[in-house]
Amino acid sequence: MKGLLRKETGIFVLLLVVCIATSLKSPQFLGIENLQNTSRLIGMYGIFSIGAGIVIITSGIDLSVGSMFALLGVLLAIMLNEKHWSPLVAIPAVIGLGTALGIFHGFLITRVKLQPFIVTLCGLLFYRGIARFIADDQTKGFGDAVGFEGLQKFATGSVLGLPMPFFIFIILSAVMWVVLHRSVYGRHLFAVGRNEEAARFSGINTKRIIASAYILSGFLAGIAGIMIAFYTNSISPSSHGNFYELYGIAAAVLGGCSLRGGEGTIIGVILGTILLQVLQNLVNLLGIPSSLNFAVMGAVILLGVLADQLLNNRAATRRVKA
Amino acid sequence: MNPVIEVRGAVKRYPGVTALGGVSLKIYPGEVVALIGENGAGKSTLMKTLGGLVQPDEGEILVDGKPTTIGSVSIASQLGIALIHQELNTLDNIDVAGNVFLGREPSKFGLIDRQKMRSDAKDLLTRLGLPISVDTNLQQLSLAQKQMVEIAKALSQNARVLIMDEPTSSLTLTETEQLLKIVNDLRKDGVGIVYISHRLAEVKEIADRVVAMRDGQNAGELDKSEITHDRMVKMMVGRDLDRAVASVEAQSGSERLVVHDLRTRRYPEQAVSFEVRSGEIFCLAGLVGAGRTEVVQTIFGTDPTIGGQILLDGKKVSANRPQDAIQAGICLVPEDRRSVGLIVEWSVKNNITLPGLNDFARFGLINRSHESEAAASQSKALGVKTPNIDALVSNLSGGNQQKVVVGKWMLQNPKVLILDEPTRGVDVGAKAEIYHLMRNLTEQGVSIIMVSSDMEEVLGVSDRIAVMHEGSITGTLTRDQFSEEAIMRLAVGKHAS
Repeated sequence: MKGLLRKETGIFVLLLVVCIATSLKSPQFLGIENLQNTSRLIGMYGIFSIGAGIVIITSGIDLSVGSMFALLGVLLAIMLNEKHWSPLVAIPAVIGLGTALGIFHGFLITRVKLQPFIVTLCGLLFYRGIARFIADDQTKGFGDAVGFEGLQKFATGSVLGLPMPFFIFIILSAVMWVVLHRSVYGRHLFAVGRNEEAARFSGINTKRIIASAYILSGFLAGIAGIMIAFYTNSISPSSHGNFYELYGIAAAVLGGCSLRGGEGTIIGVILGTILLQVLQNLVNLLGIPSSLNFAVMGAVILLGVLADQLLNNRAATRRVKA
Repeated sequence: MNPVIEVRGAVKRYPGVTALGGVSLKIYPGEVVALIGENGAGKSTLMKTLGGLVQPDEGEILVDGKPTTIGSVSIASQLGIALIHQELNTLDNIDVAGNVFLGREPSKFGLIDRQKMRSDAKDLLTRLGLPISVDTNLQQLSLAQKQMVEIAKALSQNARVLIMDEPTSSLTLTETEQLLKIVNDLRKDGVGIVYISHRLAEVKEIADRVVAMRDGQNAGELDKSEITHDRMVKMMVGRDLDRAVASVEAQSGSERLVVHDLRTRRYPEQAVSFEVRSGEIFCLAGLVGAGRTEVVQTIFGTDPTIGGQILLDGKKVSANRPQDAIQAGICLVPEDRRSVGLIVEWSVKNNITLPGLNDFARFGLINRSHESEAAASQSKALGVKTPNIDALVSNLSGGNQQKVVVGKWMLQNPKVLILDEPTRGVDVGAKAEIYHLMRNLTEQGVSIIMVSSDMEEVLGVSDRIAVMHEGSITGTLTRDQFSEEAIMRLAVGKHAS
């Protein structure tokens, strides 16, 4: 438990340092507009990063969400803008489809016993291809959003001065914190991730628990997918959501989720998401060439993980000596 | 003739156990020495000593009459000693030739000389009379054939002494015959062979000499002419039993668990039937590999059921998933406590409450103070020696870990508690506590099924003993029939007459 706390302290300090450095270099960083914008992005990315984290806790991986965003976004645009479906039908349909894809992944992984990496890698390729095919490789958009103007508020609006996605993210985080850290289900999730056989020998339905992680990931991707679609307002099926699955995974791992499973916290995932977005922001504000975007992110993640490993090794040596 | 290898007074101590207490063994060229003994007699440790895997604390090893230190596996193989483990060390994704020369591939200009490797491997296979191509992937071979490949590997290193640990434990009858024939041929070629086996019929057929071990010491030798089934059993058993636990005469009650024609994945053609009464400690005895663990794991639902049925208090129990078994009141303390009995990276508390978390929860949310109280009182009741219930299980001793496993089932109020090797790796003091605990439970009417390979434990703790041999029960003994000899006789496959 202490280890976990320390793990979060580590990333928190890193986040603080990056924030302070950025704000010293560029006062704009703490400007209300920039904060609003960044927190909007944090909200959208955070929602699906929680899904990535839960899957990683079960010692799995979900690579499919980025392509899901493309598929769900294209379908949403078609439903609302071309078919003129009621939002009351279209929104549940999109979230439902995200969940259904999660069920499908869970089924393949737990019943057919395929490896999570392969199943969701195939998803990554397949959903992207389908999205492009359905859209005929044309950019889809919501135009002036005639008939569903209110809906866009989910991505662009604000509540209590907070951007809507951020607000929803906070609520979802609170709920998921309780689920993960206070519920029977959450404990079972950690048990399965840490030692699946021991969990099975304790009478836990390990297949159901593992499948549920992918279903949750799909469900959260559905919600995030809608926001991201409205936020960009135009969905180019070949690039929409590209690499987003990796942002989710990176946020979770930065936040202390171990790819070996059984480790991670919601707080950690939140901090990981914030750090990634702040880094993006920093690249923009400090005038670093945007081509270096990925390089900066990669370097910081590597440094974070490296520092963590060094601290861990030192702690381990101390234990041995003691 | 001088022995190729001689072991003089080898001693090997592990924390809490003396695995070898001064064993001596001579191996002559061109003879088959059968090494027999109960589980835990020290046979494997002795062989590992020769194979360079274990260094003895005292005593000496003479190779060709010269004192030698076998410090590593590669030194052993340079000396011409090859060890074939019970679990084979072959690689399934490589072909026969590649396996035979693994790590010693003949090379030309840094590249593997496939031609030489194939032709050399071919010669070896011919010598062994193995009609398979050297290009066959090991995946496609039977277990027996893989074993032959291991032997070929040993021969390719010019082995003068070949040690085979339970080579036939997973072979069919015809495969066994084939193996024995090869052992015979090797003997004619002058190879010294140490043949470890529980199958006394085989030993009688193949051995020139039998060496028995007991409690890490020599327990007698028989020459070819003296080898009989009964004499071998007597040598293995031989000691006076100081019963560690004088068990109270059980108040065995009504029939609690009935297992009818149960078949397991490992021995699908053998059906096992038995019944356990309430308040009874029913023991499944037998040698390692007899299928006891498979039986109890099938009852618990972690192994798939091939056939048969299980009745608890007259009601049928579906045995497909452990959660059903637990629901019905059947709990298992598994053999491998560190990898499946516990989540060792977790705290004592989280382990104890894991199976019954819902009992401390409302609307799916855990009431953490209830949980802590329950775990603390259980941990205290069982006398788990831990600084607090938040301590990690990995920091506890084996005995205390085992108490935690028992503790997690106590909260489920089991009707039948199955303990698979309950005191393996547990020190003497904690052992007594665990026996005491088992007796307490039976006094409350719980039925206990114990799987044990520890003779002292089997005789000292059980109310009734069923002995298994190769997947079936060869006999059931009641208290007045208990004797080490009777159990060994059944364990090696002689049915009760």
